[in-house]
Parts: sequence; C-alpha cells; structure tokens
Amino acid sequence: MYQFIYDLTGNMIISTLVVAVFPLVNVLLVALIGVYLERKVSAWMQDRVGPNRTGPYGLFQTVADFVKMMQKEDAVSNEVDKKLYNIAPVLVFAGSFAAYAAIPFSSKLIGSEAEVGIFYVIAISSLVVAGILMAGWSSNNKYSLLGAMRSAAQIVSYEIPTALVVLSMVMLTGTLSLSKMSEMQTAYFWNWNIFGGAAFALNKFLLIPFMLVGFIIVFISTLAEVNRTPFDIPEAESELVAGYFTEYCGMKWAMFMLSEYGNMFAVSAIVSILFFGGYQSPIGYLGNTIGATWLIPYEQAFWFVAKGWFFILVQMWLRWTLPRLRVDQLMAVCWKYLIPYAFLNLIIIGIISLL
Amino acid sequence: MSLKTETMVLNMGPQHPSTHGVLRLELEIEGELVLSVKPHLGYLHRCFEKHSEAMQYNQVVPYTDRLDYLASIGNNLGYAIAAEKLLGIQVPERVEYIRVIMAELQRIASHMVALGSNGADIGALTPFLYLFRDREHILSIIEETCGARMLYNYIWIGGLSHDIHPDFVRKTKEFVNYFKPTIVELDNLLSYNKIFIERTANIGVLPVDTAINFGASGPTLRGSGIKFDLRRDDPYSIYDRFDFDIPVGKGLQGTVGDCWDRYYVRVREMEQSLRIIEQAIDHIPEGDVKAAIPKRIKPPKGTAYARVENPRGDLGYFIISDGNTNPFRVKVRAPSFVNLEILGELCKGHLVADIIAILGSIDIVLGEVDR
Repeated sequence: MYQFIYDLTGNMIISTLVVAVFPLVNVLLVALIGVYLERKVSAWMQDRVGPNRTGPYGLFQTVADFVKMMQKEDAVSNEVDKKLYNIAPVLVFAGSFAAYAAIPFSSKLIGSEAEVGIFYVIAISSLVVAGILMAGWSSNNKYSLLGAMRSAAQIVSYEIPTALVVLSMVMLTGTLSLSKMSEMQTAYFWNWNIFGGAAFALNKFLLIPFMLVGFIIVFISTLAEVNRTPFDIPEAESELVAGYFTEYCGMKWAMFMLSEYGNMFAVSAIVSILFFGGYQSPIGYLGNTIGATWLIPYEQAFWFVAKGWFFILVQMWLRWTLPRLRVDQLMAVCWKYLIPYAFLNLIIIGIISLL
Repeated sequence: MSLKTETMVLNMGPQHPSTHGVLRLELEIEGELVLSVKPHLGYLHRCFEKHSEAMQYNQVVPYTDRLDYLASIGNNLGYAIAAEKLLGIQVPERVEYIRVIMAELQRIASHMVALGSNGADIGALTPFLYLFRDREHILSIIEETCGARMLYNYIWIGGLSHDIHPDFVRKTKEFVNYFKPTIVELDNLLSYNKIFIERTANIGVLPVDTAINFGASGPTLRGSGIKFDLRRDDPYSIYDRFDFDIPVGKGLQGTVGDCWDRYYVRVREMEQSLRIIEQAIDHIPEGDVKAAIPKRIKPPKGTAYARVENPRGDLGYFIISDGNTNPFRVKVRAPSFVNLEILGELCKGHLVADIIAILGSIDIVLGEVDR
C-alpha cells in the first residue's frame, strides 16, 4: 500500500502516516457503522423502529454514544489489580486492531503484504484471549472471572477448527499470503474457492462440496471466536451480567466494544478471502471494460468491504434469531463435531488437490 | 497428592438481569457446577397483609394489584370472591362474564411475559419483543375499559369499577383472531428451536411427588404431568360453563416435568384461554356492573377462603372478619412464593446457565413472593 500511496501523493511522510493510520480508521469506522447497524437490524427484526432521534434515521446515535463514553468518569474499584485492569482493554483492542495490518482491502490497499498473512492474523488474534483473561482476573469480580474462564476455553477451542480449515485452504492454494490467496481467485464468482478455485479441471467440481463444509465450519468457529450469539456465553448478559468486562466503564468498556466489532469485520474478511474471492469482484471489473485500469483497486475495495459487511449482517441475523448455547454444549459442538469434520475435510481436500 | 480446592459462593442478585426482580440467590459453585442454591427473599416486602388490616375492605383492592403485578386482574378477582363470600352476595351475570374474559386476557398477557422472559434469559431476545408487541394489544383493550395498563383496580367487591368500553367486544375478537397464528409463530421461533430445546429439555426436572410435596401449583405443577386446574377442579365464578382442556407436560422433548414442559404448558394454556374468551365474548348479558357493589362493606363475623387459578398457580385469600369495616386479617397464599421453594431442589447438579433457565420456567413475580 505504501507504494500505491507514494505514487498517488509523492510524499514519504504522508504515505507512511496513511499506511499507519489506515487500519485504525478502519476499525473505528467498522465499529461506528457496526453498532448503528446492529441496533437498526435488531430493531427491524424485532418489529421496532430503532434509533431515530439523533440525526437523520438516527445515524449519529453511535457518535453520540461515543461522545458520552469519552466524557464518562473512569471509575475504578479499589479491589482491582490496577496494572492488569488497565492493560487488558488495550491488549484486547490491539489484538483485533493488529489483524487489520495484513488484510488486503484491494490489490493495492493492504497495510503490510506479509508473506505469512493468514498465519499472522491467526496468531495476533490469539492475543485477545490474554487480554480477556487479564480483564476477568484483575476485575476481582466473580462474574468477570467466570466470563473470562469461559471465554478462554471457548476461543482456544474454536481456534483449532479454524486453523484446520485454514490449513486445508493453504494446502489448496499453496500460499500463506492473504493477498496472493485473493489474487488467485480471479474476478468472476465461479473462480472463487467456494466453487473450487480458478483452475478449471475435474478437481474443481470434486472440491465444491468439501469447500462448502469447510466454509460452514470456519464460519461457525469464527462466530464463536468473536463471541457472538449463539456462542456469546463469555458475556452472557442474562447469566453473567456482562461477563469479563462487568467491572469496566467509560472508554475502557468502549475498547472492548470496539474490538468486538473490529473482530467481527476481521473474521468476515478472513472468511471472504478464504472462500469468496477476497477483494475480487464477482462480475468482472468496470475498469477493465471501459479501459480505465486505475479504477480497479477502488472497485476491489468496494467489493471487499461489501463482502465483509455481508457476513457481518449474517452474524447479526443469527444473533437476533438464535438463543444461546450452554458452556458444555458449546464445547461439545467444537470437540465432537467441528474438529473431526474439519480433520476429515483437511484430508479429503489434501487428496483431491494431489489428484 | 491431592489438590485442595474450594467452592465459590456467588451472590446472584438482588441486582441481576435475570432474577426477575429483587431475588437474591446464594449459589455455591464449583467452577460452573452448582452445588446448592439458597433463595433469599424479602427485598420487596411491603407488609401487604398487615397493611390491609388498617384499611376498609374496598380499599384493599388496589393493593392486591401490586402482588402479582403481571396478573393484577387475577389478584383482584381472588380478593373480590373472598370478600363476596364473607358478605354473602351474588354478583350479576354480566359481571361474571366480564370478569372471566378479563381474567383470561390477563392470563394470556402474563404468560406472554413469562414465555418471553424465559426465552430472553436463554438468549433469544427476539421472541421476547414479539410477545411484548402482542401483549400491547391486550393492554390497550384493558386500558380502554378501565384506564390503566398495569395496576387495574378493576374488579371490585360485588362488581367492576367500570362497564366495558363499547369497542371491547369487537377488539377482543380481533385480538383472538390475530393472536392464534402468532402462537404458531412463537412455536416455530422458540418452542421448537433446537438450541432452546437443548437448553431446556431434561433440565430442572420436577418429579410429580416432589411437586405435590412442595405444594407447587399452576403451570409448574401441570408441567410435571398433573391435570390440576382450579378452574375445572374447584370452579369459581362461571368457569364451569366453558369447555377447555388442561394442558399438561408430557415430556415431548425430554423428561416429564423439565423446563421445556413447563414452558410448553404455558404456550398451550394461552390457546385454551383464547377458547374460553371465544365462548364467553358473544354471551355477555346486558345489565349493570355496579348494581351489587355494597355502599358500606361491613361483613358479619366469620372467615372466608377463596382461591383462584392465577397464571402462576393457586392464589388463595383467607379473610377473617370481626364484624368491623376493616378486615381483621388477610392472608395470601402466593403461588410464586410456594413455587420458588422448589428452586433449590431443581438446581442441584446443574450449571450456572441452567439456573437462569429453571428460574425462568418457574416464572416468579417478586411482588407476590415478598408481598
């Protein structure tokens, strides 16, 4: 991305700054729109109106909330372990924020074109668990502790099926780089990995059912990793009040919220890169048709963001439809169903890709 | 070498999102496993029984509203019947019909809250709001007639506070027609939802003998498979004229008497209430609803006990009169209070998340538990 911005502006300082600030702006934007959408979508689903007082269609509701959050007193209980308590939200936010560095928004818009992109994303988002455990332990609150323990168990368990599916995709595409993975699924939707990839051969048709299984597994487990219903037991409001962030308020609380929405987009992005062509357009590029190739990166960014939001909407749809699983059932889903199937899928995809 | 482990005591409530008010549960937990549950009551105690001794008979009625505030009309009805027994008066036919219709509307409204919040506790927030949307229809019907949406003070000793609104019959019929398909929607959305069944079936199983020994009543008792409903077994008002079934738990998704059964009994009871309303709504006779209201209530010496089938169970009023204008003693047998005592038995050996499901399925109202 640095080169792209440098070509655009011709200034080193500006381009460095843009590259550095770009992911942060992204997370904030995602959270801003995400919170608003969550409210509106839930309202529409539940036969309500939703926010409609702050600005047109309540568009500034999240902004107003944000301002309120900033003004709040930073109330800290005397009983908390101050150091851990203060680091925890930063760590959680950093985990979800850092993942954005390696996500390719288009062939040009990417924070860092790391060769081990997907590996980096999986690794860095594990940081969130440490933050959550810290928050739960340092709060000195039994609900927080229970929430943190649940969360740690859940996220660690569900990383395994995710990693297995990612592994099978890495095997198929032969690269760990997210941008290369997207690049391979050239424009037009039948070239996407969910439809067996770009290479036209017998393999392509053999792969489709297993790709579907892989997609379902990875979607369910990412849902669990970002603590969304039906897997939101770490913060199950009716049981644990607010789970691991019960004791937090003001901006520190907002950090957890930001990271939740940041994570939602990050995992949606990963799913779309793995299976749905990443930034590739499903219907070809306008830039190619009218001969303006400079347009393509922007089109790609549009398609990428659109795909990300599509999966976020699916997550919201599920959240407002399904009840919540219990902690043992959640573990059963992961260890008894997802992991064996993911293993089987890995082996079969391996065999097919060798054919 | 064995590790020394300690159990943790977790105070759930009195400020907690799903203790349905100000109930405090003292949980002894080992990790997520619950070893014992002790309910602590009294945070909402308002001295209803003592207070009513200082008031005249008709002044007690508004206070009965505040017992089970989700089913105020049922509370009014029980008290009015007890007082009428003391006085020995017969209320007009029209009053009886309106009372039954109102009580059944109230039962549906109350079950809606019970089912919705049971679902919401388990994480399904959408059915909760759907049910509240439908409950709004009932509230506006009752509001049109008596002016209040929650604490109605509608059924008076010997009559009613107001005659029904001219639109009442039409709107009630509209509601009945509207709500029938909505129950199917609720079934599809929540009752037969796989996750909901996983969370409630085989959880908090209440065996028949335990239910009887603890004196459980209402849907909590019927969920265990006992066909006991005061409307049929000890008919009051004019319930003996209507034809309705008593749904009981059959263990369709798990064991008889589990949370899902208690939930499901309520869903089916709403249908039966609709049936009663349908039978009654066209036969409301003409007449005056205030004719039998005595000007000065001064019952003879004696006692009276009346019990009605409230949405939460067997609600009983015991009134002792010493011949004065004030009752000498009013004792309430509150169904929620009795049902809540089973909680400790039901929760043993379950997980923390199950406590919420069980509590929701017992469906308590703290206003009535603490009185």
